[in-house]
Amino acid sequence: MDLYEHQARELFKEHGIVVPRAEVTDSPERAREIARALGGRAVVKAQVKTGGRGKAGGVRLAADPAEAEEAARGILGMDIKGHTVGTVMLAEPCAIEREFYVSYVLDRASGGFLAIASAEGGMEIEEVAARRPEAVARIPVDPATGVHTATAVRIADAAGLPPQTVDTLVRLWKVLVREDALLVEVNPLVRTVEGRIVALDGKVTLDDNARYRQSRWGDEKSASADSLEARADAKGLNYVKLDGEVGVIGNGAGLVMSTLDVVAGCGARPANFLDIGGGASARVMADGLSVVLSDPGVKSVLVNVFGGITACDAVADGIVRALDEVRPTKPLVVRLDGNNAARGRALLDARAHPLVEQATTMDGAARRAARLATAAATPGQAG
Amino acid sequence: MAIYLTKESKVLVQGMTGAEGMKHTRRMLAAGTDVVGGVNPRKAGRSVDFDGRAVPVFGSVGEGIEHTGADVTVVFVPPAFARAAVVEAADAGIGLAVVITEGIPVHDAVALTSHARARGTRVIGPNCPGLITPGQSNAGIVPPDIAKPGRIGLVSKSGTLTYQLMHELRDVGFSTCVGIGGDPVVGTSHIDCLTAFQDDPDTELIVLIGEIGGDAEERAAAHIREHVTKPVVGYIAGFTAPEGKTMGHAGAIVSGSSGTARAKKEALEAAGVRVGSTPTETARHVLEALDVLGGAAPDDAARDGARA
Repeated sequence: MDLYEHQARELFKEHGIVVPRAEVTDSPERAREIARALGGRAVVKAQVKTGGRGKAGGVRLAADPAEAEEAARGILGMDIKGHTVGTVMLAEPCAIEREFYVSYVLDRASGGFLAIASAEGGMEIEEVAARRPEAVARIPVDPATGVHTATAVRIADAAGLPPQTVDTLVRLWKVLVREDALLVEVNPLVRTVEGRIVALDGKVTLDDNARYRQSRWGDEKSASADSLEARADAKGLNYVKLDGEVGVIGNGAGLVMSTLDVVAGCGARPANFLDIGGGASARVMADGLSVVLSDPGVKSVLVNVFGGITACDAVADGIVRALDEVRPTKPLVVRLDGNNAARGRALLDARAHPLVEQATTMDGAARRAARLATAAATPGQAG
Repeated sequence: MAIYLTKESKVLVQGMTGAEGMKHTRRMLAAGTDVVGGVNPRKAGRSVDFDGRAVPVFGSVGEGIEHTGADVTVVFVPPAFARAAVVEAADAGIGLAVVITEGIPVHDAVALTSHARARGTRVIGPNCPGLITPGQSNAGIVPPDIAKPGRIGLVSKSGTLTYQLMHELRDVGFSTCVGIGGDPVVGTSHIDCLTAFQDDPDTELIVLIGEIGGDAEERAAAHIREHVTKPVVGYIAGFTAPEGKTMGHAGAIVSGSSGTARAKKEALEAAGVRVGSTPTETARHVLEALDVLGGAAPDDAARDGARA
């Protein structure tokens, strides 16, 4: 889960990293009061979980409280790359002498964390790395020891950061470990003309697997822009909305991803990813079908299950009971294979639902579901 | 011979007395696995009956090794206890730890894999179906009756895609199938398995299944180009996955332009790997490659077949 900038700022502050004075609001009138409390001038920043805010006009410098109110009014409700701005943060401006970049990020290749640092901060680190790779230092962190002063000195030296940043590097590592983060990034980390090291902007990604021991974020759901995703999430379904016409339900993340690809290979577009997992009970199947069928874009549904541990007759039983509960209005193509497939297919045959047909192979099922969806999109050519 | 797991493997189960542990220990025993004990400090000294076979419960992995000579542990403990379980097993000197547990925090996965590596313990997983050497032993939750023993080695990030390919190729059969797991941090990589299969005389052809996220498949491709002479057939899932969305597996995410299925497929093809566009086509590539091999000596024929 990504945090908002203001949440990242709070974490940094708690761990003793210097951040600018700031406050968050969703009201332009309140923005004026906050600016006044900050001394008049303020940077008004859109709080969205995406990059490119500045370019989109989501960050403005206000010279006085009236301008701050006006800026907040302009930014609130703005759409930045599909994210609607719900809150703004007003921060005290500071006089920047130099800008740096520092982060700790999970490195899947080594199975550990990397420190990434550069004396050229302020822009996207990928751009710096592409233009001048030698300006970006990448130092693996030993998981057994973490980042203490000696390691931090090494990171700062490698990147050409001033020695004053060492303390921030050590504290930032503590944020990563104590908060179970997968990424902590400060960009820019600045030295002010007064010589202070300040974290001006930050990004933190938390590990969803660690929620059970990070109670602070327990109530916060990963913000889901799509209401179908929110509905699926509430039912505990592993669902991702896509832009297509063939609804897909399957068991196992890899098999479902593969099913989407096979549907696309048949000339149709998958409408969603939905992994009902190993158990595939009637309850989960009914919940899954109801979410997929309430997507107005869906013209046909493909259920692709390979029975490994799960027996296909149990899955078929789940589908039959789900059919009675959900009452589909769009055609379903079901492919059952693996453990007890024959008995599962017989159960579906016995139910003889007019909108349900079966296919014996994954490719055949995808072809059929794609054809049904295309036929539905061009009336008069069904069949 | 197979890789990592044979009929000689003596297997402990950490978390055997839990619901999942009980269910899968029963299945492992039925598949012929030599399960020599469970580990649970609160139930040490007792034994659990599995269809007439009494399996002892030990207080620690060390005690289990001492009494049975166990060299493999299968870990079913809940996520919050997985790190301690693997650290204990590695410190006790176990050779292989198969971590089935799903939902382990990434910081714990980093800690347990690096700790195990430092002590010479191989970790498979976490969040994986484990591995099976058909006809010999099954360590984990792979359904044992899908495929018979044979000459294909398989390594995969995905459990169900492993089962699908095993099913499609059930008549040819497998030396060993390894599910390495789809988490961002895993103990055993595609490359580790490629190396082991290359050295395994029972394996004639290798199937490599990957999915979006990270660059493990790209690194595997570079490894194949340099070090693998046996034919490799690949499959990659996730061509239609949108950027920035986690597709089921915690590690299955395209970030910006990195981790895409296309890049992985191209890297593998550039290394001489035939990559199927569906699981079924992948299985067909395998059958064709094996026909190419015919009765020739595996090594020479493999080199010709793979680079043809």
